[in-house]
Amino acid sequence: MAISREEVLYIARLARLEFDEEKVEEFTHQLGRVLDYINKLKELDVSNVEPTYHVLDMVSVMREDEVKESLSQEEALSNAPDPKDGFFRVPKIIETS
Amino acid sequence: MEYEAVIGLEVHVQLNTKSKIFCSCSTEFGAPPNTHVCPVCLGMPGSLPVLNKRAVEYAVKAALALNCRINLKSVFARKNYFYPDLPKGYQISQYDMPLAEDGYIEIETEEGSKRIRIKRVHMEEDAGKNIHGEGDDPFSYVDLNRAGVPLIEIVSEPDISSPEEARLYLQKLRTIMRYIGVSNADMEKGELRCDANVSIRPKGSDRLGTKTELKNMNSFRHVQRALEYEIERQISVVEEGGQVEQETRLWNPHLGITETMRKKEEEHDYRYFPEPDLVPLVLTEEFVEKMRSELPELPDEKKKRFMEQYGLSAYDSEVLCSSRELADYYEEAVSAYKNPKAIANWVMVELLGRLNKENKDITQSPVKPEQVAKLVELIDKGTISGKIGKQVFDIMYKEGGDPEAIVKERGLVQITDASEIEKFVDEVIAECPEEVQKYLKGKTKVIGYLVGQVMKKTKGKANPQLVNELLREKLEKMRE
Repeated sequence: MAISREEVLYIARLARLEFDEEKVEEFTHQLGRVLDYINKLKELDVSNVEPTYHVLDMVSVMREDEVKESLSQEEALSNAPDPKDGFFRVPKIIETS
Repeated sequence: MEYEAVIGLEVHVQLNTKSKIFCSCSTEFGAPPNTHVCPVCLGMPGSLPVLNKRAVEYAVKAALALNCRINLKSVFARKNYFYPDLPKGYQISQYDMPLAEDGYIEIETEEGSKRIRIKRVHMEEDAGKNIHGEGDDPFSYVDLNRAGVPLIEIVSEPDISSPEEARLYLQKLRTIMRYIGVSNADMEKGELRCDANVSIRPKGSDRLGTKTELKNMNSFRHVQRALEYEIERQISVVEEGGQVEQETRLWNPHLGITETMRKKEEEHDYRYFPEPDLVPLVLTEEFVEKMRSELPELPDEKKKRFMEQYGLSAYDSEVLCSSRELADYYEEAVSAYKNPKAIANWVMVELLGRLNKENKDITQSPVKPEQVAKLVELIDKGTISGKIGKQVFDIMYKEGGDPEAIVKERGLVQITDASEIEKFVDEVIAECPEEVQKYLKGKTKVIGYLVGQVMKKTKGKANPQLVNELLREKLEKMRE
């Protein structure tokens, strides 16, 4: 079953993605089919099954609290499109009154 | 109509581990921007987080100190949202399976002890820091040194009913965190951060009003003032027939008001899901008990002991136990001389009064605990009067030195020799005929004035009780 146009646009907005009308239409069907598939699982009674939080059969992997070398500032900023004075520079985010 | 406030607090506490929660970068404060970062905390593709064991130990200790039940199995989750200080596009936090739940702490209000319940304590990573360009600078500047510093979030139940209680709750949290040594919890340094949910309702009602969320309060005083303002604001909205809107408001410390956050209304749809990069955290009973055994005497236990062992009031005990150092200072003084009540008074009134005025804490006290003890002993033995004691304390505080030496050097020893005091008593009787007449006519209260005059003449050194007795004796004789 297809999902609504609004739902597709909402999900796109949360992911900061933009689509043209054609794609939006396409996704209403595609995402709908994914949901149909997932819904199949609802046919099973899992009320007594513990949820799988992780596929690996391991728990509590931890490291000691030790400081190791970090990247240099230059390396850290080497992918940044607009670094300035050691900072990542971005368009201003917040408007205070 | 009378209204009451319903307040719940969400508090973030920075854990003072050496390295970050999911990578080995330093957590040290004040480094040049973006120098404590690595592929993990920068959110580089292909990097994987590994949990810091010390952070878990600290979080468990904190949760135990807050009387929480530890969930032996807890799960990390991704909280998804976009913000430049969050390089991965999600924050690793905990959601439906937090580390700990159902705790409480006690605060000491004017009406007595009050229990504030704690809903949950969970672990998460801190975000980076944004510095917003000033004036017409259209940019923000991002420093990711703080991204990945370990935090615990402590969520209270809405059990707090006044701004004052909110402040007491936060101060108690800070005290506890410092006692157990997991955080310095300094609000000014951002090591303890607080958001508040607040609503109002008619007094006695059990229905909850619409709440607003308050942010940007970075000191105890600001939390209290912001809440005071916001409660008043909500009351006037309702009294004028309006409705409180559910929204996030920012405290503006310069204007002393809260303001609607003028950011585009963001969807609060975090789409939490279990973090696939981290396996569940499973703790053993032994581990939890080991953490419990490592806890020091906690503030409330210490307070109770102070009340029983030293016979102090709840309030005095609360103050003296507000930091481990202060409690230790007090106990050191009491072990040197056993007058717990008097020592408590001198420490709280004279010493803390002076230290607070100079914005210092007990570790910076120029007066040593055994010196306070000695001073109290000198007063108890009658070597000096209480009044002179204050003078001596002042000298100890400003210039240093042992009280005995100060008393000797400056000739402050109390005059207890009756014949010496008698001289001054006779002088005062001769100099104050009016007051003497009043006394003789039955206004015996005037004796207080006469005692004062004698004390003045002796520069406070006479034993006031003796002065009183001598004066009364002589005046009564005159009556005959």
